Amino acid sequence: MQNSRRLIIGINSGVAFFFAAFAAFLASGANAAEPKPWQMNFQPAATPVMEKIIDFHNLLLTIQVGIVVLVLGLMLYIIIKFNSKSNPEPSKTTHNTALEVIWTVIPIVILIVLAVPSMKLLFFMDKAPNPEMTLKITGHQWYWSYEYPDNGGFEFDSNMVPDEEIKPGQRRLLEVDNQVVLPVNTEIRLLMTSEDVIHNWAIPSFGVKMDTVPGRTNESWIKVTKPGVYYGQCSELCGVNHGFMPVAVKVVSKEEFKKWTAKAKKEFANAKDAPVKVVEMNSPAQAKLR
Amino acid sequence: MSETAHADAHDDHDHRPTGWRRWVYSTNHKDIGTMYLALAMVAAIVGAAASVVIRMELHQPGIQFITDFQFYNVLVTAHGFIMVFFVVMPALIGGFGNWFIPLMIGTPDMAFPRMNNISFWLLPAALILLVIAGLIDGGPGTGWTVYPPLANADYHPGMAVDFGILSLHLAGASSILGAINFISTIINMRAPGMTFHRMPLFIWAMLLTAILLLLAIPVLAGALTMLLTDRNFGTAFFDPAGGGDPLLWQHLFWFFGHPEVYIMIIPAFGVISEIVSTFSKKPIFGYLGMAYAMAAIGVVGFIVWAHHMYTVGFNVETRAYFTLATMVIAVPTGIKIFSWLATMWGGSIKFDTPMLFAMGFIFLFVVGGVTGVTLANAGADQAFHDTYFVVAHFHYVLSVAAIFAMYAGFYYWIGKMSGKQYPEGLARLQFWVTFIGVNILFFPQHFAGMAGMPRRIPDYPDAYAGWNMISSWGAYITAVGAILFFVVLWKTLTSKETVSANQWGTGANTLEWTVESPAPFHTHEQTPSISTQPAE
Repeated sequence: MQNSRRLIIGINSGVAFFFAAFAAFLASGANAAEPKPWQMNFQPAATPVMEKIIDFHNLLLTIQVGIVVLVLGLMLYIIIKFNSKSNPEPSKTTHNTALEVIWTVIPIVILIVLAVPSMKLLFFMDKAPNPEMTLKITGHQWYWSYEYPDNGGFEFDSNMVPDEEIKPGQRRLLEVDNQVVLPVNTEIRLLMTSEDVIHNWAIPSFGVKMDTVPGRTNESWIKVTKPGVYYGQCSELCGVNHGFMPVAVKVVSKEEFKKWTAKAKKEFANAKDAPVKVVEMNSPAQAKLR
Repeated sequence: MSETAHADAHDDHDHRPTGWRRWVYSTNHKDIGTMYLALAMVAAIVGAAASVVIRMELHQPGIQFITDFQFYNVLVTAHGFIMVFFVVMPALIGGFGNWFIPLMIGTPDMAFPRMNNISFWLLPAALILLVIAGLIDGGPGTGWTVYPPLANADYHPGMAVDFGILSLHLAGASSILGAINFISTIINMRAPGMTFHRMPLFIWAMLLTAILLLLAIPVLAGALTMLLTDRNFGTAFFDPAGGGDPLLWQHLFWFFGHPEVYIMIIPAFGVISEIVSTFSKKPIFGYLGMAYAMAAIGVVGFIVWAHHMYTVGFNVETRAYFTLATMVIAVPTGIKIFSWLATMWGGSIKFDTPMLFAMGFIFLFVVGGVTGVTLANAGADQAFHDTYFVVAHFHYVLSVAAIFAMYAGFYYWIGKMSGKQYPEGLARLQFWVTFIGVNILFFPQHFAGMAGMPRRIPDYPDAYAGWNMISSWGAYITAVGAILFFVVLWKTLTSKETVSANQWGTGANTLEWTVESPAPFHTHEQTPSISTQPAE
């Protein structure tokens, strides 16, 4: 496995690698929400929640850049004006009540300006108003399993595609054998738990990130507005293969989803009896730990 | 009492034990402070080496050389533990605190000199236990947060996590003893005339830090003990199968953990305040506001812990409360930043190395501070939680700011501690290399985090390659800066150039500058009297 990785990525072939990655990105074509090389901002929003997060963050970022620039500007002015050469005699000022009140009150006002949209966003993202279906997500070391209680109750596991099986155009560390298939423009309630340690089910473009805690059921929701494939990764340290349990969701039209559930019901009918597949990594410590 | 014994007891003033006894049996605050600084430097080499290895592994996508991912997790864990408990705390609190609390408040030594000895010597023992933890049974791959169930016996069998717990127990005992000593000394042993409102801000910072330690560490100790019994004696505090709850650990850990981050940064505030005032040749602007801003940060720091846990599945009202409470911290922090700027305003500033590091501290703390406001919002945090954005944020306020305060304090006080002049040119070079290095290291991590890259992974999707490569180069540059620091240290200690009692001139008016350099073994043989506010 390592050999195949080394094959693609020579020790010092950073530049060649970027071209390869870019080419792979072009080749992938269809609407897929995934990180892009040199990306500096959020992945494009695919749910109303993520749209609101991006809007709120734009407000935050504007204010923050303003503050940083203000402080930097003041410091540069101080460096130029108040160095020992240009200002040999230091002033004796140690108090200015008006100034101190101002720099206490203005931050409070800014925080209130931020708190209002922050609370709106928080309460909006908390629960789906009228969920039409439920997806149950269970975290395991180190794969996800999914259950569709409203669409036939079938259940399947979703394992990462290991590097040596990655086909050209596929995304290393993000592709899974069984993608979660969900209908577009549907309010979906997500119920999450874990059967071993704490994991975290996250998809950046959905604005969803929720711990799966053993002994608890957590709730989140999505309403995906565009069909496509969406990728995320486990976002809570869960042991040896924490970095190797991605999330991949395929969002399709409602009709396609119906067809898929009919097929999946048969395909995964005996999933519970099938042996659990776990991505095996070449790790002596892992063997010890399992 | 015989005549000789009597004479012995009233020996000359510079009487001191020699050889190993001077250090192992030491009850002298300066020697103990020096040992804390030395321990922090040794630990820093280990902790920094771990981080460079992590960055080398992340230099490119794919597995570079760490094929055992448990080892990767152990590196991440060790880096966190070592930097928090064995570098920042010993250097800023144990090192500078022990050295300069008695000097600055005008007292001969700490209140409990023998307790001072044991509180230092518990630390090397704790460090050895931590190293053992990393070397046996695969090591603790839990992160410094040690969340169960991953830290339970089912998922971490063997004794690695137990050794880690015992290490933290010892380090915690050391901190509690040190905190008791600091509080007793500062409350009871100030020179006549030094009222609370005349204490230098560094003393304020140390007092508040010690109070935070005294309140926070026992909670960690309790939680660690519960985890220890969960692992070894069949209790189920954190095991849902036995009626426990993994989230109880997170509440206890972060009830300690959030004050802990202020325990690391408030001493830094104190150091920076002294330096900014000295080099501007002005008293600190808004002294009382500065002191009470630190107190406010300390108090509010105890009621915001769950902002580390926004994604555990709280009800929405809980997240709303912790969002609002956390945002409040921006206000006293803003007061501190603007007061530093106002102290410099109108000053006659000399940009020697300590001041360069202090200016670097202020600017980079602002950068880390504004991203803190982003993360304070539970709504926005859903996009940022457990991504590299968080890594960037807390390294800006800790790795950059706390370490910058340590460098600043070192250059500010090394003349007083050693009597030698550090090489100014080389020291400035060290500043610029470090300043550029940490920014190249941590700024791109904001981008990787916004694009979605999770923390604590040994390999990442190929799209994150660009920013990770730049970040790794920044790590190498920062490491060069650290090596330069040790060159500066060597050159200083072997230098023939000595410094006067007050090497910084009129701006430096706290009491440590009234004794000669290097500070004699016993200082303040005559009680100083304070008639003006040293910090005002």
